[in-house]
Amino acid sequence: MPSVQVTTAARVVRPAGLVGRVLENHHALGVMMVTPALLILAIFLAYPFGLGVWLSFTNATIGQAGRFVGLGNFRYLLGDSVFRVVVLNTTLYAAAAVVCKLVLGFLLALLVNREFRGKRIVRAIMLLPWIVPTSLSALVFYWIYDPTFSIITWALRRIGLLHGFINYLGDPNLARASLIAANIWRGIPFFAIGLLAGLQTVSPTLYEAAAIDGAGTWQKFWFVTWPVLLPLTVVVTVFSTIMTVGDFQLIWIITHGGPANATHLFGTLAYQRAIQGGFIGEGAAISAFVLPVLVGAVMVSFHYLRRE
Amino acid sequence: MQPQDRERPAGGLTRRRFLQAGVAGATGLALSGVGGWLKQALAQLPPGSYNPQLQLSFPVEPGASLRILRWSQFVSTDQPTYERMAQDFTRRTGVPVRLEYEAWPDVQPKAAAAANVGAGPDIVLGFFDEPHLWPDKLVPVTDLADYLGRKYGGWFPVAPQYGHSAQMGEWIAVPIGAPGSCLNYRMSWVKEAGFDPDPAKFPKTTDEFLRLCRSLKSRGHPTGFALGKAVGDANSWCHWLLWTFGAHAVGPDNTTITLNAPETVNALEYGRQLFETMIPGVAGWLDPNNNRAFLAGEVALTNNGISIYFAAKNDFPEVAADMNHAVYPQGPAGRPTELHSFSQAYIFKYTRYPNAAKEFLRFMMEDPQYPRWINAMLGYVSHPLRAFTNLAVWRSDPKAVPFRDAVARMLPHSYQGTPGPKSARALSEFVIVDMVADALTGRRSVRDAILAAEARLKRIYEG
Repeated sequence: MPSVQVTTAARVVRPAGLVGRVLENHHALGVMMVTPALLILAIFLAYPFGLGVWLSFTNATIGQAGRFVGLGNFRYLLGDSVFRVVVLNTTLYAAAAVVCKLVLGFLLALLVNREFRGKRIVRAIMLLPWIVPTSLSALVFYWIYDPTFSIITWALRRIGLLHGFINYLGDPNLARASLIAANIWRGIPFFAIGLLAGLQTVSPTLYEAAAIDGAGTWQKFWFVTWPVLLPLTVVVTVFSTIMTVGDFQLIWIITHGGPANATHLFGTLAYQRAIQGGFIGEGAAISAFVLPVLVGAVMVSFHYLRRE
Repeated sequence: MQPQDRERPAGGLTRRRFLQAGVAGATGLALSGVGGWLKQALAQLPPGSYNPQLQLSFPVEPGASLRILRWSQFVSTDQPTYERMAQDFTRRTGVPVRLEYEAWPDVQPKAAAAANVGAGPDIVLGFFDEPHLWPDKLVPVTDLADYLGRKYGGWFPVAPQYGHSAQMGEWIAVPIGAPGSCLNYRMSWVKEAGFDPDPAKFPKTTDEFLRLCRSLKSRGHPTGFALGKAVGDANSWCHWLLWTFGAHAVGPDNTTITLNAPETVNALEYGRQLFETMIPGVAGWLDPNNNRAFLAGEVALTNNGISIYFAAKNDFPEVAADMNHAVYPQGPAGRPTELHSFSQAYIFKYTRYPNAAKEFLRFMMEDPQYPRWINAMLGYVSHPLRAFTNLAVWRSDPKAVPFRDAVARMLPHSYQGTPGPKSARALSEFVIVDMVADALTGRRSVRDAILAAEARLKRIYEG
């Protein structure tokens, strides 16, 4: 009878080398996992940001390195009439657009939060203005706001409500209003979807309890929906403010900042001065003016996020 | 090719020189096959100013290759012709050439990045003051520019103003031409308005021009001139408006702002009257708007390059048949004072093959390459050297002729100052356009518009 030899597999023992020990160490592993992301942030975010801040203190132009001039650029800008107009423009643009987007987005979210046939399709379509690339929608708005060929003008004339032409982009105030309207159209989905997500987390029992206590629709909204949604609303508003203040594509494609600088924002003016004019130091300084706004916005959102 | 520079002193007619020029011209005719312009050049230029016997070539470095950044074509026949020319150059010199194209407003940022970084294209074809933004980073091309000037009848006066740098004391760029801008008008409506639609009889003075515009408007055919941030159209007509009344932004010392003067007031007052003949909405017009309005028949008269005519020939034949071009009229200045988008080629110092680069530019600007290229662009670009005045393109379609003398008739945008970082800034900030727009639309009074523009210019020029 042949003998059956049974061999048991040798148990593999990993050598306790340096790599092994590091991988098993929680702290070290954590650092290793985070490092790639940190590197990317450092190289592509922190370094350009730091460089931008540095440039704002120099008189660098696109061809020459420039010298350190301290607050020279900032003093120049504060005395520049065009820059002052731009500060007003950006404040008006951000305030008007964000408030309208918030109100309309909220209304839309409340409407779509109910059950009805085609709910999914409506929610998908609602996202379209946000998804469509801004440069494309801006080009369409360029046509919609054309003094001669505007579809709005055409429609109003056909109905008989209008007999002349509307100078959407030629009159400074009308141009501002037109661009704010375009921004609102594009930005409503951001609020609507965000707030819709928040609305879905509100427990129906709260509404039932309120109804038992005799609350009407408005009171239900004010005493149940609004307080629960407030932190999310603040965060969404802050993000939207950051993006609206930094808006570039819409303005540049439709008016290039005109007429007579009435629609210039920080971003477009910085581009015009830094890239087209060649004054990089000054362009960086213009962008730097946005920092306090953004820092304030970030701090507010941090406060609310931590509470969550 | 012999790396020598055989020079003959210019000027002074001798019969021998004239005969030599004639023989050379005839030989050139036979050899190049694009000879019509040669004969006419000889006939029209002062004797001895066209010197085809001059030769120059630069010793191309062994193993050289070139990268060239140029503006994208305005016409679909441009790039194929240019590429064939580059291949021809490669065949003759063994230098491979790589061509890169950018939309024309995007050339400057790319060149700027290259200037900053110290690496990139060897040759750049840019516009306006670009070379003056980084003059110390460019290869001097005085020898090439002088040679081309002497050989081809001399540069038009604006060319050295753009190509030569006072700071460096050398030519830093080779002018290659300018896309011209003219008045585009509908002949039938001009006739209806009681004026002769022939371009030669088109109003030549600003007074007569205003009468025409008013007559057109009264018959339901308004004019339209861009007053928004239209980089091409608004700048060309607003600078013309100012200059033709004898006004200008800055003095010859390139520091004193001379805008606040009675001539400026006159220019803006005239502009206001012109504005009343315009279609509503021009204050928001960017560059494409007037093209659209003209092709749709909404305006009878506007200013533009030859692009409207091309688009009309392709898609709106009735408009193409009914339209024509005319040069801008003249006001009290009494001479042509136009602005066109001046283009020039410059070589970065970081290039490893400066001689190959200069040889390429020489090749590009010489007969028969340059005439072939200009002809291929169908009237889009006009020449900076006198001898090239009668190329085939200007004789093939009479409607293109008004664009022919763009460089001859233009002033630098920095007038009366010199091109440089300050004039570049003033142009990119639309100071003049904003002033004209403010005054004409009534947003500001003429006085206030001038003061505001003067303040902005002072900040730019005096720092």
